[in-house]
Amino acid sequence: MTDTLVEARGLTKRFDDLTAVDGIDFDIHQGEAFGFLGPNGAGKTSTMKMITTVSPITEGKLTVFGLDPTTQGRSIRQRIGVVPQEDNLDLELTVSENLYIYGRYHDMSRAEINPRITELLEFAQLSDRRDSTVEPLSGGMKRRLTIARALINDPDLIILDEPTTGLDPQARHLLWDRLYRLKRDGATLIITTHYMDEAEQLCDRLVVMDQGKIVAEGSPRELIEQYAPREVLELRFDDEQRDDAVIKMDGVAARSEVLADRVLLYTDDADDTQRALHDRGVHPEQVLVRRSTLEDVFLRLTGRRLID
Amino acid sequence: MSVSAPSRISGIGRLTPFRAQRIWEHNYIAYRRLWKVVFSGFFEPVFYLFSVGVGIGALVGDVSGPGGVPVSYAAFVAPALMAASAMNGAVIETTFNIFFKLRFQNVYEGILTTPMQPADIAIGEIGWALLRGVLYSSTFIIVMVVMGLTTSWLAILAIPGSVLVGFAFGAVGLAATTYMRSWQDFDLVTLATMPMFLFSGTFYPLDVYPPAIQLVAKISPLYHGTELLRGFTLGVLDWTMLVHALFLLVMGLIGAAIANRRLDAMLRK
Repeated sequence: MTDTLVEARGLTKRFDDLTAVDGIDFDIHQGEAFGFLGPNGAGKTSTMKMITTVSPITEGKLTVFGLDPTTQGRSIRQRIGVVPQEDNLDLELTVSENLYIYGRYHDMSRAEINPRITELLEFAQLSDRRDSTVEPLSGGMKRRLTIARALINDPDLIILDEPTTGLDPQARHLLWDRLYRLKRDGATLIITTHYMDEAEQLCDRLVVMDQGKIVAEGSPRELIEQYAPREVLELRFDDEQRDDAVIKMDGVAARSEVLADRVLLYTDDADDTQRALHDRGVHPEQVLVRRSTLEDVFLRLTGRRLID
Repeated sequence: MSVSAPSRISGIGRLTPFRAQRIWEHNYIAYRRLWKVVFSGFFEPVFYLFSVGVGIGALVGDVSGPGGVPVSYAAFVAPALMAASAMNGAVIETTFNIFFKLRFQNVYEGILTTPMQPADIAIGEIGWALLRGVLYSSTFIIVMVVMGLTTSWLAILAIPGSVLVGFAFGAVGLAATTYMRSWQDFDLVTLATMPMFLFSGTFYPLDVYPPAIQLVAKISPLYHGTELLRGFTLGVLDWTMLVHALFLLVMGLIGAAIANRRLDAMLRK
């Protein structure tokens, strides 16, 4: 039996008349990368804030390391590292001072912090920026520094809220690589994201959230197998042909989604489906065959796309 | 190049009950580069002392100090300027500086993901503001001593007196900042401190006004600070000074309690 680090039962967060988190259950185990996937406003950040003990829970049960966030918040925060959604690096301090002061907030001594700073800056690939101010750093560098800062106390649990939102693809891949290394070395990660590819890359297990509720749970592979057939045909049509084609295509695939700019056909065998389309006289402008992703799962579960 | 994840270390991070001093440590690191900004605040009361205290003082001659003892005009004005410098230092610190960190940088939200608590922030920032105020007031009292404007060894007590002034204004300043929404709101800070500076018995005794107006002026916290410090620097002790000290202490405690509650409500939603 693996250790359960975070356990939630009927966890609820209400702000006045808005229910941000609506009675969710989940368990997060030692050593796994657990994802919360969902669009903006799904309740991911509220859930993270309750786990990090900075937001009081409204109802339900939550334990972190078996401790109660309401009464043992400090003991919990001592053992976690948090990467918030919005950078809140201290612009008055240099790169290394940002790490140093967080070490001090955790009551580490100078002798404990200094070697740690060197190690973390190397990990974050910021060693040559050690004495730079934070302001001129690129978005990716700031994120990496924020991650390094979250690691200063050698946390048992690392919580990342939308770690790569707003980063260019190269910066994202570098960040994923760093997170992957943490995971490989046994860290427990909680990641929220609205990017399906991110969840697929990093998460061992995830829950899909929508409007404060968990609508699905499993590994990325399981979710895809359960909610989206293996392959997807993405078809684009001329505006005039589209409606006609949609009628002709009825029943050709296990499931279809008609989006504003394209039609998605879910199938276990894309070649078969393409032949069937040809037989029915459907001739799309453009055909793209791909494997189905968590994006397709989300579309299936909620009827909406993940990012508008 | 192969870079491994940081090594695991254990046993670090202990829980201590009180860590407001971490905020001081943070501010100390930040201010090492900003010392010029801090330094400039020292000159304002010195300029007032030379223009109003010495300059106008030459026209005014001696005035009636605490207990009716005649003192030079500069010696009358100087402790009031000392109190005002403690007020200004503490107010600048808890309004402008804190507002930026609170509303734009989200610095405190980050801090609260560590074992730090809202009370640590409130106590730490008020304490730091108090220090800044006392830094100004205690350098200013050196100028006073050099110029012979202190007439008693009791003047040394003006420094702890200015600690009370810094505490009262720092705490209320922090509480006020939690209510501010935009930079325009800071005009209100000036609107509060400027008349206080002018009408708290700073430049002349309050008894030039009719009793009703005197009563209004006596609500001004700076009046209490000024009277307290003036008693010390001129060596005239009076039981009313206890009332002044108590006023400042209570004002500080109420301000600190409100600041703490507000920060908690803002940062832990």
